[in-house]
Amino acid sequence: MAQLLTLPDAVRDLVHDGDTVALEGFTHLIPVAAGQEIIRQGRRDLTLVRMTPDIVYDQLIGAGCARKLIFSWGGNPGVGSLHRFRDAVEHAWPVPLEIEEHSHAGMANRYVAGASGLPFAVLRGYVGTDLVNQTDTIKPITCPFTGEKLTAVPAINPDVTVIHAQRADRAGNVQIWGLLGVQKEAVLAAKRSLVTVEEIVESLDPKPGAITIPSWAVTAVAEVPGGSHPSYAQDYSERDNDYYQAWDAISRDRETFTAWLKENVA
Amino acid sequence: MSYTSDEMMTIAAAGTLGDGAVCFVGIGLPSTAANLARRLHAPSLVLIYEAGAVGAKPDRLPLSIGDGILGETADAVVSVPEIFNYWLQPGRIDVGFLGAAQIDKFGNINTTVVGDYANPKVRLPGAGGAPEIAASAKEVLVIVRQNRRAFVEKVDFVTSVGYGDGAGFRERLGLPGRGPVKVITDLGILEPDPSSRELTLTAIHPGVTLDQVREATGWELKVAADLQTTAEPTDEQLSALRALKEAS
Repeated sequence: MAQLLTLPDAVRDLVHDGDTVALEGFTHLIPVAAGQEIIRQGRRDLTLVRMTPDIVYDQLIGAGCARKLIFSWGGNPGVGSLHRFRDAVEHAWPVPLEIEEHSHAGMANRYVAGASGLPFAVLRGYVGTDLVNQTDTIKPITCPFTGEKLTAVPAINPDVTVIHAQRADRAGNVQIWGLLGVQKEAVLAAKRSLVTVEEIVESLDPKPGAITIPSWAVTAVAEVPGGSHPSYAQDYSERDNDYYQAWDAISRDRETFTAWLKENVA
Repeated sequence: MSYTSDEMMTIAAAGTLGDGAVCFVGIGLPSTAANLARRLHAPSLVLIYEAGAVGAKPDRLPLSIGDGILGETADAVVSVPEIFNYWLQPGRIDVGFLGAAQIDKFGNINTTVVGDYANPKVRLPGAGGAPEIAASAKEVLVIVRQNRRAFVEKVDFVTSVGYGDGAGFRERLGLPGRGPVKVITDLGILEPDPSSRELTLTAIHPGVTLDQVREATGWELKVAADLQTTAEPTDEQLSALRALKEAS
């Protein structure tokens, strides 16, 4: 059974220094408030995992929480670069950032393997790219039935996965709809999981296309209305595109970023 | 109507998409061109976005790959693993439509780093869905503004494979799709030479000179013997494009 906790308590209990942490969300339902709580509590040496690290990862990296990033696309969607991510990779500021880089197909399959309790996943991918030369987490494998040459990637099993969803009931069953990304797989692949939700309700009415993650497969649920801002939660909020634009200027400069962090997160 | 070189590029790219094709679309220039095609000659074009929207029919341009309008208008909303495993990998996609930061004369694409990987001059966002789109879509279209920074002899990093080092490369590696069949730019259209696979200028946009295209290309550009001139955008095409942009 998932525990219903406040966000600060949930982060204190579930996220520890040195953990491998996945905050998943594919443009929709990004757990931004939880990411900022991790910054607030001063976590260090995290290995951050995410297919599409965007603003909240830029904030975590700029705040010095991460020592490694496992990812497949790191940008400010529709705007351009992630400047804190770039500063960390290009100039090791504020701390060096090791990277382990994949494609979306590879990352998605790594989560599927993790959720399936398998050591690796197989896909038709990466062949001929230079990605293969930069990591030992992409290897060729031969199909034992057909002899076809395929690619293997290892499972991802985060210590903790954090996602944001529309709602949960009082028992901690979580309901998500709209673009689902890779969140279910990321939760089921993890040792512990935290789901922040827009609201906790008495009962979960059916919603077209919705999935439920049962309470007993989740460690903790925290009610955080607006917890995905500037991302959005379908039927609760709209994406704040101006914030993504504004982030470009805030994040470009170390001092501006540091001042922003002090004022908005600390 | 007068028009910009970006409008020419987008309209030329839209024109290459056939009605009814299943198109895996990247955000930005590819998405604009694909949505324009749906409004003009290709109302049955099927748009697939990697965030999980299959058959999206947005009435404005999505601002991000997971824009709410994509999920709300889609025939089906699926998870990200499903998009890549069930829809792209088995060869269900007719056209993969990509952008590029760098592209070389064999149509290989770099969206990872400028300079050395371990010590990059510019760290770019990375691969996203492109490597497997470039490998598994039946064919690939690339839309990119043409200049010497983008059009290089050899990319610094192969994020997505075009024709590798030339003829026979894709076949040797067993890549399922044909590779890039057209590169549409703000100056013209390049296509792989049928025998060498080197990108060759096959069409030039109205008012653009050959010298301009050569000047914007980082290798010695080959020009097709029967070089065409792209048709001028019609008023209908320009109005549709501008209406689409205004609605966004």
